[in-house]
Amino acid sequence: MEEFVNVVILSLMALTVIAIVRLRNLFAVVMLSGIYSLLAASVFVVLDAVDVAFTEAAVGAGISTVLFIGTLALTTRQEKTPAHNPLLPLLVCIVTGAVLVYGSLDMSSFGDALAPVHQHVAPYYLENTKSDTGVPNVVTAILASYRGYDTLGEVTVIFTAGIGVVLLLGGWRRGLAPPTPHTEEEEET
Amino acid sequence: MKDYLVLRIVTKLLLPFILLFALYVQFHGDFGPGGGFQAGVIFAAAFILYSLVYGAAAARRILPIGILRTGMAGGVLLYAAVGVISLILGENYLNYSPLAHEAKEGQHLGIFLIELGVGITVASVMMTVFFTFATWRED
Repeated sequence: MEEFVNVVILSLMALTVIAIVRLRNLFAVVMLSGIYSLLAASVFVVLDAVDVAFTEAAVGAGISTVLFIGTLALTTRQEKTPAHNPLLPLLVCIVTGAVLVYGSLDMSSFGDALAPVHQHVAPYYLENTKSDTGVPNVVTAILASYRGYDTLGEVTVIFTAGIGVVLLLGGWRRGLAPPTPHTEEEEET
Repeated sequence: MKDYLVLRIVTKLLLPFILLFALYVQFHGDFGPGGGFQAGVIFAAAFILYSLVYGAAAARRILPIGILRTGMAGGVLLYAAVGVISLILGENYLNYSPLAHEAKEGQHLGIFLIELGVGITVASVMMTVFFTFATWRED
């Protein structure tokens, strides 16, 4: 049953990607990429990674779609038909994909309990999370406590992204003093 | 969007539930799936929905830009401050055990505080990015 669900979701994802490549209407492309994220979230649910699925559904299907629509409102809804020959990009994509598939052949098989990734620190977390932190959700305990540094870094990255957007797209004109007289002139025109 | 009566009413009906769900995800992250990041995004999504239906100016009246900017920096500072407090209390940076009289309770309190910081920063950044995009033409 699980395999059947996986096959259905993955084929739907492949179909979505083909539709995204073929469409020139960017509004439809944005909607389809939102659907793609939702399908990816479903895959994560099937894999029992609910925390990741949650993030994918909220960020990939929700926020990104809204931001893309915001960008479309500022630019245009129709993609220009490319003038150049698509053969070279196609070749690059196929070669890259083949290299990635070749690399994945060395990975341990799916669900293998003896894979190196499950032998390193994971057993320690699973055994000691309850006695160390008393938190039932191991994912939260790892992200917030064991790997607190990493999460602090991630939050700083998000903060930096926000600051970057504010500075690039009209931060100075609202509330803060302009940095140079040049910006003041711009404001007047 | 003044003519879309159904959209406006449904949005108003949905908003409290979305916000409540965001708070649930935020404060229930220790026990179920979720945490500060997801909660921040859901919280921001509620305001983005409001702003899509009622206009960015209306949403801005509820959440002035100053609050969002304070939230962006405040969340990160709250997170980092928890680490500094554990330093002062004589433990490693971001080790929450000394925050309460018992190690497990300290961990609980620490995780609660840093998840709150994550949630505040993520929600503020998401809303700031959206409002900046949405109102870029108007300025």
